[in-house]
Amino acid sequence: MSDILKKGYAHSEVLVSTEWVEQHINDPNVRIIESNEDPLLYASGHIPGAVHVDWTADLNDQVRRDYIQKEQFEELMSRIGVTPDMTVVFYGDKNNWWACYAFWVFQLFQHKNAKIMDGGRLKWEKEGRPLTREVPTYPRTEYRAPERDDSQIRAFREQVMEHLKAGRPLVDVRSPEEYTGERLHMEGYPNEGALRGGHIPGAVNVPWSRAANPDDGTFKPADDLRKIYLEEQGLRPDDEVIAYCRIGERSSHTWFVLKYLLGFPKVRNYDGSWTEWGNLVGAPVEKGPGKPRSG
Amino acid sequence: MSVYPEKLAEIIEDIQSITDPYEKSEVLIEYADQFREVPETVARRPFPEEHRVPFCESDAYVWVRQNPDGTLQFYFAVENPQGISAKAMAAILDESLSGQPPEVAAQISPDIVLKIFGQNISMGKGQGLMGMVGMVKNLALRYVSEDSRK
Repeated sequence: MSDILKKGYAHSEVLVSTEWVEQHINDPNVRIIESNEDPLLYASGHIPGAVHVDWTADLNDQVRRDYIQKEQFEELMSRIGVTPDMTVVFYGDKNNWWACYAFWVFQLFQHKNAKIMDGGRLKWEKEGRPLTREVPTYPRTEYRAPERDDSQIRAFREQVMEHLKAGRPLVDVRSPEEYTGERLHMEGYPNEGALRGGHIPGAVNVPWSRAANPDDGTFKPADDLRKIYLEEQGLRPDDEVIAYCRIGERSSHTWFVLKYLLGFPKVRNYDGSWTEWGNLVGAPVEKGPGKPRSG
Repeated sequence: MSVYPEKLAEIIEDIQSITDPYEKSEVLIEYADQFREVPETVARRPFPEEHRVPFCESDAYVWVRQNPDGTLQFYFAVENPQGISAKAMAAILDESLSGQPPEVAAQISPDIVLKIFGQNISMGKGQGLMGMVGMVKNLALRYVSEDSRK
């Protein structure tokens, strides 16, 4: 833990090290959860005792564009043998991008004891820690969750519009090509696309992965993060911030960084993101390079 | 409905016949294990940008060479060590399309990604894999059009 404490985060208790996780593999009060972008990774080898939570199958409503409801969350948690008091530790590929996404969805249901393993799969593998293909089974629990609360960490389009009118900061975490409008979507894949390219007016552009060290997938220290979001982009520590990307998954990584690592008071993830905004009739769009916030 | 080249159609049919998601993952991982990286005789690092698969965050690359008999040989690289799906996709494309005439690869379409990976694929990942399929198809089309000009 000391390495994480040294990084100077506002809420360092939401991170655990790979070493801590290895020491808690058999801890009955800890459930390790792998969430990846690549659906084959878990089956190809995972941390011993870790369960798999798949964002499409487990976290999304299978019919409409939304997240699971209370009942499905309860079923998921009961199936993977979690109780409300247990600590869940997420890890995954791509600098913990999907781990942060799962973490975010779990917070919609207020599972408080949730942590991210700093560095995710990449660091675990690089350190030569054990992996297994054995899928664990745990005794089923009867998890009871509160109703999903979207009000604190999730933003809908009307709220984004109000936020925009109030001149509050938005962080667009997509690539510069998506932000400027140069890249709209891949021809032939309308599900991925939007009819208009560009960004929400006034949004600053910080591609999500800038918050991570590419060598080991860990989060950058707080000082480095402050340089990016505060000094370079002009956010202020007391700002209310909304982050967005294309469908709200990359921006959950930035949401985690701003809320927990830098301690911004209110950060919301606009999961409608560009696939909604870029298709909304009449929604304001800005094209071209952005600029940092001023004043 | 798309018509797939024979070998590819067989692979897709086999994969689609597996209903258990874990078993299906196992089969795809076996393909990933068979993945062969582009030999140095074809390409060396740093790989040129024009061979990079668009939208693929696993840093995948594709090359094609024409064999003396006119068939095509595809080569792949996946730079992300955790790009297991990209490796599986590359191995499937290599197995089903290398050694075939250009017209075979030219008829594939990106929807094979969803046939193979199904609902278990994220939109972002799907886009990357579709980018790989699209690149293979486009490379093959160059040879088809060259042939037709002769």
